[in-house]
Amino acid sequence: MKTKSFVIAALGAALASTSALAADMTLVSWGGAYQASQHKAYAEPYMKNNPDVNIIWDESSNEAVAKLRAMNEAGNITWDLVDVVASDAIRLCDEGLAMEVDHDKLLAPAPDGTPASEDFGDLLVSGCYIPQIVYSTTFGYRTDMVGDTPPTDVCAIFDLDKYPGKRSLEKRPINNMEWALLCDGVAKEDIYDVLETEAGQDRAFAKLDSIKDQVIWWSAGADTPQLLADGEVVMGSTYNGRLFSVIEEQNQPVAMLWDAQVFDLDGWIIPAGLPEERLNRVLDFVKFATDTQRLADQAKYISYGPARKSSAPLVSKHAELGIEMGPHMPTDPANAKNTFLYNYEWWADYRDDLDAKFQAWLAK
Amino acid sequence: MSDTIQSGPVLAADGTPLKRSLQRALRRQKMRALLLIAPLLAFILITFILPIGDMLFRSVENEIVSETIPETVDRLADWNPDVSALPDENVFNAFYVDMFLAQEKKEHTRLGTRLNYELTGVSSLFRKTGRRVTRFDTDIYAKQFIALDPAWKDPQTWSALFDVSSNRRALPFTTRSWDRWGNYLRGEGKNPGEEDIEDFLFSALHEDLTRLESTDGVDPLIAAATQAVGGFETVSVRDQFLDIDKDWGRQDVWRIIQVYSPPFTTGYFLNSVDLQLGVDGIKTRSEDQRIYIVLFGRTMFMSLMITFSCLLLGYPVAFLLSNLPLRTSNMLMILVLLPFWTSLLVRTSAWKVLLQQQGVINDVLVWLRIVDDANRLILINNQTGTIIAMTHILLPFMILPLYSVMKTIPPSYVRAAKSLGATDWTAFWRVYFPQSVPGIGAGAILVFILSIGYYITPELVGGTTGVFISNRIAYHISSSLNWGLAAALGSILLILVLALYWVYDKIVGIDNVKLG
Amino acid sequence: MTDPKHMVRFENVQKSYDGETLVVKNLNLDIAQGEFLTMLGPSGSGKTTCLMMLAGFEPATHGEIFLNDRPINNVPPHKRGIGMVFQNYALFPHMTVAENLAFPLQVRGMDKDEQKKRVERALSMVELPQFGNRRPAQLSGGQQQRVAVARALVFDPELVLMDEPLGALDKQLREQMQYEIKHIHENLGVTVVYVTHDQTEALTMSDRVAVFNDGIIQQLSPPDVLYETPQNSFVAQFIGENNKLDGQVVEVTDGLCTVKLDDGTVLKADMVNVGGVGERTTISLRPERVELDPAVDMENMVDGTIEESIYLGDHIRVRMNVAGNTGFIAKVRNRGDRRHLVPGDSAKVGWAASDCKALDPVT
Repeated sequence: MKTKSFVIAALGAALASTSALAADMTLVSWGGAYQASQHKAYAEPYMKNNPDVNIIWDESSNEAVAKLRAMNEAGNITWDLVDVVASDAIRLCDEGLAMEVDHDKLLAPAPDGTPASEDFGDLLVSGCYIPQIVYSTTFGYRTDMVGDTPPTDVCAIFDLDKYPGKRSLEKRPINNMEWALLCDGVAKEDIYDVLETEAGQDRAFAKLDSIKDQVIWWSAGADTPQLLADGEVVMGSTYNGRLFSVIEEQNQPVAMLWDAQVFDLDGWIIPAGLPEERLNRVLDFVKFATDTQRLADQAKYISYGPARKSSAPLVSKHAELGIEMGPHMPTDPANAKNTFLYNYEWWADYRDDLDAKFQAWLAK
Repeated sequence: MSDTIQSGPVLAADGTPLKRSLQRALRRQKMRALLLIAPLLAFILITFILPIGDMLFRSVENEIVSETIPETVDRLADWNPDVSALPDENVFNAFYVDMFLAQEKKEHTRLGTRLNYELTGVSSLFRKTGRRVTRFDTDIYAKQFIALDPAWKDPQTWSALFDVSSNRRALPFTTRSWDRWGNYLRGEGKNPGEEDIEDFLFSALHEDLTRLESTDGVDPLIAAATQAVGGFETVSVRDQFLDIDKDWGRQDVWRIIQVYSPPFTTGYFLNSVDLQLGVDGIKTRSEDQRIYIVLFGRTMFMSLMITFSCLLLGYPVAFLLSNLPLRTSNMLMILVLLPFWTSLLVRTSAWKVLLQQQGVINDVLVWLRIVDDANRLILINNQTGTIIAMTHILLPFMILPLYSVMKTIPPSYVRAAKSLGATDWTAFWRVYFPQSVPGIGAGAILVFILSIGYYITPELVGGTTGVFISNRIAYHISSSLNWGLAAALGSILLILVLALYWVYDKIVGIDNVKLG
Repeated sequence: MTDPKHMVRFENVQKSYDGETLVVKNLNLDIAQGEFLTMLGPSGSGKTTCLMMLAGFEPATHGEIFLNDRPINNVPPHKRGIGMVFQNYALFPHMTVAENLAFPLQVRGMDKDEQKKRVERALSMVELPQFGNRRPAQLSGGQQQRVAVARALVFDPELVLMDEPLGALDKQLREQMQYEIKHIHENLGVTVVYVTHDQTEALTMSDRVAVFNDGIIQQLSPPDVLYETPQNSFVAQFIGENNKLDGQVVEVTDGLCTVKLDDGTVLKADMVNVGGVGERTTISLRPERVELDPAVDMENMVDGTIEESIYLGDHIRVRMNVAGNTGFIAKVRNRGDRRHLVPGDSAKVGWAASDCKALDPVT
């Protein structure tokens, strides 16, 4: 009995001490340069203003959906704020794992008073989602391996005669199917209608078949930059921020192809069911971290475009390289001449189906 | 023996039966032994048995359908698609109530995702319907009831009505809907007696009243409404649904809901073996969607290859180690264990640097003119890559049991064989090798079972042809969130491993496995 | 060596494992056909190394070994045709007894019927005819030992090596097996080279014994010669019980020498291994040759005091203080008229000069 009461006392003391340090706030992100940019642009200034809050990072974004579901089932949410891509945000919202937010009530308006919902515009793809940045999945190529005529068109990936050699594509149907149809002559606005049909899917696979044995399939964002740097591939798809660092920071003979790049978003969701005290803390942080200036600040560290329209004019130079970041943003008008809009809702329906077909096709 | 002649039980010195006093004496020992293993037992129970049980359960569990849309499931049971192309208005009425409540609870998208595994397109259909189901034209029922008697507008009236059992009996559908609505509100911290009466409740009330035959014993309010309801203007709920999306007029959508109504399903297991439980019963999947059988086969084949190559490389090393003086063999053992202590990322980068087409191995081969520069070998991002990398990782698991078994084989056996006239090879093959078989058995089991479950390494170096079934399990756990399918795949893998273990036991004999 | 037919010959054989010390130093040894030769010595004396070199498991560092006048240094073990019994039998645990016995026949490509016949014969030779289907682990130590012997003999080798084969057995079984092995040797007429550290075993079984110490054969003789006339102090001490008396040679006559012990006692001894007058020597004397209070005068007569006496049935072992040596042992035959040997009593001890050997001094 004595030991039992001692254990309880010790547990109580431990709990008490954690609640004394309860200002811990766990943010979930992707790690690497991206998380570092968030830390510098959002977390550091916030902690300076709020010394009683201690921000902890968890590099689990790539499995956030599964982990949130598991936490929800266990009834113990340990995360306070989670950085996810748009499609995951939609799914989390669908599953009731993310909290729905009122963007205008929660978020700061633009400096000129424009309400947040207008400032973010149609990037608010889900009622649970607070976007931070716009990124693109686009192509990089080896300047020394493409001869005198560097590619200007996304369909260069399907042109083995002109650009022989390996190319790297992401190991999933999303984006690849769209590009395949686009390069098979389907008009951009018809792509999802075509892809919805069996014949359209076969058409996309047939187009991909034409380069299948020359493709290295990647699953980690760092793969293509590495493959390009090693000269293993002549061109490959990846996130534009990764390519930026290969080109500008590592000075590799690599160039970026801005054509039919796929726009996507990265942003916050708040897990559903946070206790009041934690929720208030998180809301305060989110309001600060997604205001116009903070989003513009992030672009100092990484070449992703701020999700607010009002942030664009504030984007300045890279913090270390001193390069003007504007022209490297996927949102820059010169880069965004021909972009591709990714249809989240369509993929929510067809993802499982096409994924099975894609895997079967890969295995063939 | 004189004791055995004695009739009755043998007695101990104090007169108690010997058996009992022995048991008593042993009980303390047993209790103490049990106490000693209790922490481990609890640990295994929590971290191993329970998760496996949970996995097995998830692979057949399908309660989400009957829990989210119970009324629909109930009424859909009577629908025969051969008789009527679409379920009748009753089913749509029930579905209206179910969907309304589901979207309030934000459960409709989850159900949509679940059914989307079986029929593509259902996910967005449910999401879309959830947005629109609150704006149905069913408000005409509310208006007519309130026009008949304004008391219907008051939630207190409803609370009072559905506290009386005769009313409840008279209006079963409305009662159930009211109770579910009340439970939901109370869960949200609200009082059902204060919230506005939603349209779906009037819709349910209308249905119940049109069916009510006798008004004996019911509240006069209900009796009055029963009289009036025949003259009410009606609206087709089915048309409301068809208005949202013409897919609600598709038979296969309703068939798939019907097929997946029961709380348990074989659907996930069927999916795991490239079959599908669809609207027409069990069918094989179309050829362009069959992946799992191939993947299971490949997983088995490649695990065997890895086991075999580990054995091929590990046996001589273990042999060498076991015949060296202890100091030297410990030094070499550290080299063997080195891959254990290297982080996965470092190892992966090392393989890439070595194995890729512009990598070290190819460079050396080209430089030696063994390989033509234009035809560099593909050693990574395919099966070769996976086998090389996994062999590298798992080699210690082969070497260690082999080494510990070989160390116990005295050199005198081989000497004896040679003195009896056996050549070096015969002495090895007939005398040394059979005695090292327990080590081979242990190493092979370890390596095989470990490799069957590996997924990170194949994902990193396996390309498209070098991935395992575990990669798909990981995908369904963390990306597609189809945990039921992941659980079914995992269960099949577990069963396969157990079956192989059984076969192994039959052929080699599990007593012939020695870890040291 | 009168017998011209040598089975085995070691010629200037040396062996070193580490390149610094010699384990076997310049070994020369002839073993006759049909002989039972035992290599006896303490552990580390080089006897097992010699056996391993003969079997072919260790190469000789220098020198040549001949088998039937053929040099075999470069012949691998399996071509030497030598049967061998190992210390722990080395019966193959995964084979039955019959399979173990058939193994040497199989590798020689003998046909199945013949194999079977031979295995049966070998099993009945060691009196285990029913045990063919058992695994070695199901046999007792003695049975395993017999199977090991049978296996070493089943392919009719001319030479059989045995490396401490009885070391793992208890005393009674060991004695029984000594006779059995001896009988098998006599019946079959094979040449046996036997290694042991047990002197009784060596004396009981051998035609000749080679006593090893420090990598050198100290003496190579038939058992009786070894016991009666040891060539040096090591052999005298290693074989049987022995009294040591240290002193200095003062006179040499006719193969006998006069030795003055350190306490002044003067003795006559057989001169075996001493330099000459003035040299130190150790006299070796077997306890059973000592007479207590001899009835007649003997060549050597010394006064002593009884320190302790132990009754051993057939004889009484008396420890005495003789010539300043308190560990002097005398064995007195148990005759009916023996006097009481009480500690503290003084007694005269006497022995013949030819019974004590003047050997190299033990320092």
